[in-house]
Parts: sequence; C-alpha cells; structure tokens
Amino acid sequence: MNYTASPIAIAIFLMFVSFVLGLSFYYARKAKSAAGYFAAGGKIHWFVNGIAFAGDYLSAASFLGICGMIATMGYDGFLYSIGYLAGWIVALFVVAEPMKRLGKYTFTDALDSTFNSKGIQLMAAISTLAVSVFYLIPQMVGAGSLVTPLLGLPHWAGVIMVGAIVITIVATAGMTSTTYVQFLKGGLLIIFSSVLVITVLTKGLSTDPGKNTFFPKQLDAATAMTTGADGYSFVNRIDDAKSGKSFVKLAKDGIETWWMPKGNILEEVQSRTESSSGTLYNGAPKSAGLFKPVGHVTRLLDENGNEIQKTGKTGPFRYLAALSRAEVVRYPKGAQVKLTDGEAHVTLFCPVVSKGADLLIPGQKFKTKTPLEKLNFISLMLALFFGTAALPHILIRYYTVPSQRDARKSTIVAIGGIGFFYILTLFMGLGAMTLGVVDMMDDNMSAPLLANSFNLVLFAVISAIAFATVLGTVSGLIVAASGAVAHDLMDKFMSVQMTDQQKVKAGKVAAIAVGIIAICLGIAFKGMNVSFLVGWAFSVAASANLPSIIMLLFWKKTTAKGIAWSIGVGMVSALGIILTSPSMFVQYGKTAADALHGLDNPGVISIPLSFVTLWVVSLLTQKKKIK
Amino acid sequence: MLHGPAAPAEKDNASAWKAKLGIKLFWLYCIIYMGFVALAVFATETLKTPVLAGVNLAIIYGMALIVFAIILGLIYNHVCTKKENEMNKGAE
Repeated sequence: MNYTASPIAIAIFLMFVSFVLGLSFYYARKAKSAAGYFAAGGKIHWFVNGIAFAGDYLSAASFLGICGMIATMGYDGFLYSIGYLAGWIVALFVVAEPMKRLGKYTFTDALDSTFNSKGIQLMAAISTLAVSVFYLIPQMVGAGSLVTPLLGLPHWAGVIMVGAIVITIVATAGMTSTTYVQFLKGGLLIIFSSVLVITVLTKGLSTDPGKNTFFPKQLDAATAMTTGADGYSFVNRIDDAKSGKSFVKLAKDGIETWWMPKGNILEEVQSRTESSSGTLYNGAPKSAGLFKPVGHVTRLLDENGNEIQKTGKTGPFRYLAALSRAEVVRYPKGAQVKLTDGEAHVTLFCPVVSKGADLLIPGQKFKTKTPLEKLNFISLMLALFFGTAALPHILIRYYTVPSQRDARKSTIVAIGGIGFFYILTLFMGLGAMTLGVVDMMDDNMSAPLLANSFNLVLFAVISAIAFATVLGTVSGLIVAASGAVAHDLMDKFMSVQMTDQQKVKAGKVAAIAVGIIAICLGIAFKGMNVSFLVGWAFSVAASANLPSIIMLLFWKKTTAKGIAWSIGVGMVSALGIILTSPSMFVQYGKTAADALHGLDNPGVISIPLSFVTLWVVSLLTQKKKIK
Repeated sequence: MLHGPAAPAEKDNASAWKAKLGIKLFWLYCIIYMGFVALAVFATETLKTPVLAGVNLAIIYGMALIVFAIILGLIYNHVCTKKENEMNKGAE
C-alpha cells in the first residue's frame, strides 16, 4: 500500500506538539520541588487525573494493535480489550486507596512504607525499570512505524523525533506536563474514536467493496492456461507442497500476477516478489499503487434470511447481528504462502472466507483445542487481569491527586473512559475488516486507514492522535523510570544526600538518559512485533509487582525479605519463561518446536510462584520483621 | 529516614471497612470474569448463541464485563463516600 504524507495530518500534529510543548514550558515553574516534579504537587483534579489515566493507559498497543487485530482476527482482538479493562477492577478495589495512603512518589515507596528495606528498594526499582523499558520499546517502535507512512520520514527519524519531544515534555515539567498531555490525548482519542464508530454505523455493511479495495478478478482456468484470457497469458505453475495449494503465474502488459485455481476458474491473489532486482508488489514497484488494501463482505442476509446488498444506516446491535449472518473475506497472516519462483522469493496473500458468526467468538487467533492451548489462553487472560494494577507508570498517577477519595474517583473516571473506548475498538476493528481498508503488510494501520476511507480530515486527526498516543504513554513511562532511578535508587537505596532541587535535577537527568536509551532501543527493535512486547511488560508486572502489593495489604506476616524475594522470583521466572518460549524461538530464527516448553504466556506459572515465594520467605524471616 | 507520604497522612476511619468491601467486590467481578474465560476455553461454541437482539453471547458477555466494571465502580464510590462522611464525622 502507498501512503502519501498528508499536509493536514502534519499541520494537526505540529499544532498538537507545539501546544503540549508550550504547556510544558508554562508548567516548568511548578516543577521546582521534588513533589512537583514527580507527583505534580499532588494537586491534579480527580477528573483530569481520570482522563489522564486513560491517556496513559491507552497506548499504541490499545489503539492501533487491538483495532488491527480485530480487523484481521475478529473477536480475539476484543479479548485484549476485555482483559485490559478488567484489570482496572483490581486497581480500583484493591490497590488505589492503599497506594495513595502508603506511598510518596513511586510504588516502591508504598511497598517499603513500613519496612525501610534496601532489598525492597533495589528489587522494586529494578522491576519498575524492567517493566517500563519493555513497555517503552513497543511504543518507540510504534512511533517509528507511524512516521514512515504518514510523514514520509525513515523509521529512525520518527523514533528520534518522538523521543526528543517526550524528553522535552518530561524534563521541563515532569508529572504536571505529562498529566496534561495525557489528559488531552485521552480526551481526543475517546471523542474521535466515537466519531469514527458513528461513521462506521452510518455506513453499515455492504457487499460492494470500496473502489480502492482489492477485489479479485476471475478468469476461466482452461482458457487462461492455454490460449490466454482477457489479455493474460500463461507463464508457469507452481505446486506448493507445504500449503498443498497450486498457483499460476500469468502476464499481461509485461506485468506478472499470481492466480489461484478454484474449480474451473482462476482467482487473482496479491503478491510480493523479492529478487535481486528489487521488490515488486502485484508485479510492479510499490509506487505503481497496484497493491491494495483488503477485506470485504461477500454475502449479506437480512433477519429473514433473504440476501441483501447493504444494510444501510444501522445501530450497534443490529450491526453486530447483521455481521453474524454475513460472510467475510479476510487475509490473515496465517494464510500467506511463501514460495520460490526461480531466484525470486514470492509471498502470496491468500483469502480466507469466514462466516461472520465465527469471527464474533474467540478462536481465530487463540486456539483452545489442546490442553496446552487452553493453559496459554488462561495464562494470557490472567496476566491481563492482574497486570494493569501492577504497572508502575499507572501506579504513580495515584500520587498526583490530593486525597484517597480523589484517587478512587479518578480510577472510576478512568474505567468509564477506557471501558467506553474499548467498546469502540470492536466497531472500529470490524469496520476496518468489512470496509476493505486493511493493509496486509501492517495491520496496525487499520484504524487510521479506516478514517482515511471516510474523510481526509478525519484521517489527519486520527493520525495526529495516534502520534499523541505514543507521546502520552511514553512520557508516563519515562516519569516512572526517572522516579525509579532518582528517587528509589539514588535517594533511597544508595542514600545519596540531595536537596529537594538536586532531586529534581537528578530526576530530569534520569529522564533524559532513559529517553535516550528508549530511542536507541526503538531503533534497534525496528520490525519487532509490538503487541508481543506489551505482553511481556504485563506478564512481568503481574508476576513481579502484584503479589507483593496484595500480600502487603492483606497478610500481616509479610516481611521485607519476602517482598524483595517475591519481586525477584516473579520477574526472573516470567522473563525466563518468555525467553525460552516457542514465540521467542521463532524470533531467534529457530522453530517453535525447538523451544524448551510450549507456554507463551508465563502468568499461570510465574504469578503463583511469586505468591508462594513471598509466603515461604516471609514465614522463614518472621523475626526480622520491623513493625 | 521515613518513607511515608510527603503530605500529612489523612486520617481515614473508613479505610478498613472500604478495603473489606473492595475485596468482596473484587471477588464478585473475578468470578464473573473467570466464568467468561471458562466459557471461552471449554465451551467456545456456546458463545455463538444469540442472546440479545440477535447479538451472540460472546459479545454481550464481553461488553457486559466492561459495563459492569463501570457500574460496580460507581456503586463502590457512592457507598464509600457515604461511609467516609459518616465514620469521619467529628474525627478531626
């Protein structure tokens, strides 16, 4: 697919960036004290904090990743929405108020509040840094991927640009400017996603694909492969043993295209051909624009089972009901066929025709047939549920409001805003799936491209918001990491004597350092699957941090050593399982079968292990408990 | 060096009561969430059943989990605020 830099998108993005930078400089004077820098002076209004929570939490993975996954895999993407939101219940009912009551600037403070233990300070700071860095990488990689198509800049330039803006936001006014950037972004994201969904529902479902959508041509197989049909002449035929499918190459006007035999006909498939002379898309260079976005409805029935062409304007429930009766053509990654044609490597994008009813239940991506698949699924849902309330960049937001009551109220605003947004993701994703806007090379672009199919201004706004999404989340992560370094490690663990102003300075230097590291990692990890790394962050957070938070609050025999060990064991076991998992072996260039075990999501092992460690170590170290 | 909050800690007589209620509501939600996960894992086809206006159980259960979280949050806040006002009256 070709992307052209939209001047309106650039203008809106520049306006947003200038505004947030102006805001950061304006608030810089408020960030002179450590409380001002790390916790916005504890003076943020609960409503602003609630929307800022949404802005902080709804990262590129939520907005781009979930919409993209729903657009290609249906309901399975929505599982993330459900799990990510359910996690806030743990935050509200278990963590919010005690965190506010016990802590100062970071969640390490809360864990350490009754102990003053070097072990806790060190382990909690390391875990904060680990989770923040895992979360930072995908955001930065995402920033680069967004910039490439939209501004026409190379990946590294996008990463550096976002990094530089975020470092400026954080290093000027710390948590205050970060809060307002997140508030703005959260608000805009919810408002414009609603606009997008209203547009999807107004358009409804239709069997007529848009004019820019790929709609396969069909030819009579016998004629095309002998005398030629419609100007196409036969070139060669390849039988792919791996997929069990056959493909035919035809040429017309010097352009070679691939076709798939289907009974008596040949159906066109899109292709990417890599050879020493370059990469061709559907037989021509990318700039020719022959490679098109995909996804369309092939069959649509009304309530009585009569075939119809379109539903017209529809409500949310009628839309979903109509989709469950429809038949949809998708092009998932799993259906791609890779073959060699002479010296060229060819990727063929094959269609999968699915019943709407099958796309609206889990199972396209996450299979649950074998016991191991079941365990992986449960493990993923567990990490999503328990991960949220243990994310350091979320937890520090509890210190920006004046009271426990405000902490609670802002969590509820967050649940409302985030929950509403996650319901919207279902319609945005399904809209992208059925309106033919999915880019097969990058499904993360589904939501912006959906906007593009309606209106250029909406596209510009949604793209600018996607950038802002990265800015908001990255600023929050950098504040969290900067707090871990300056406050937890330097001030507490190493007991470096610092005045209040020196602490702010240390925080700013730490923010710049973490920002630069994030830029380097963002460039190094280019092309790595984004949602994969967010999954890591959730699993590590849920395994390392949550057991100690819960046990500290609800088990009186918890000791400092118990907490420190629990964080360490949770972090190491989660990471260990991830690094030896089938998905990682594929990343290493080996096969999934070579992996040491079959578990992709560590939560189901590492979370209980961390709890047990805390329990055993605490019982063994009862005497050392400081009360 | 102490590690408590920078600002003077607000005295809250209701915190133990709120924590108890929080845990109860957490378990309530947790059970309903686990019910969803169990259906998805062990009875995926059941989720196809239309339950409301032609929309299947998977969508309705998923959306209900989101809406229920919001409603539960609002109820919790209402009850907690009332209890805080009641228990902290004259405490200052």
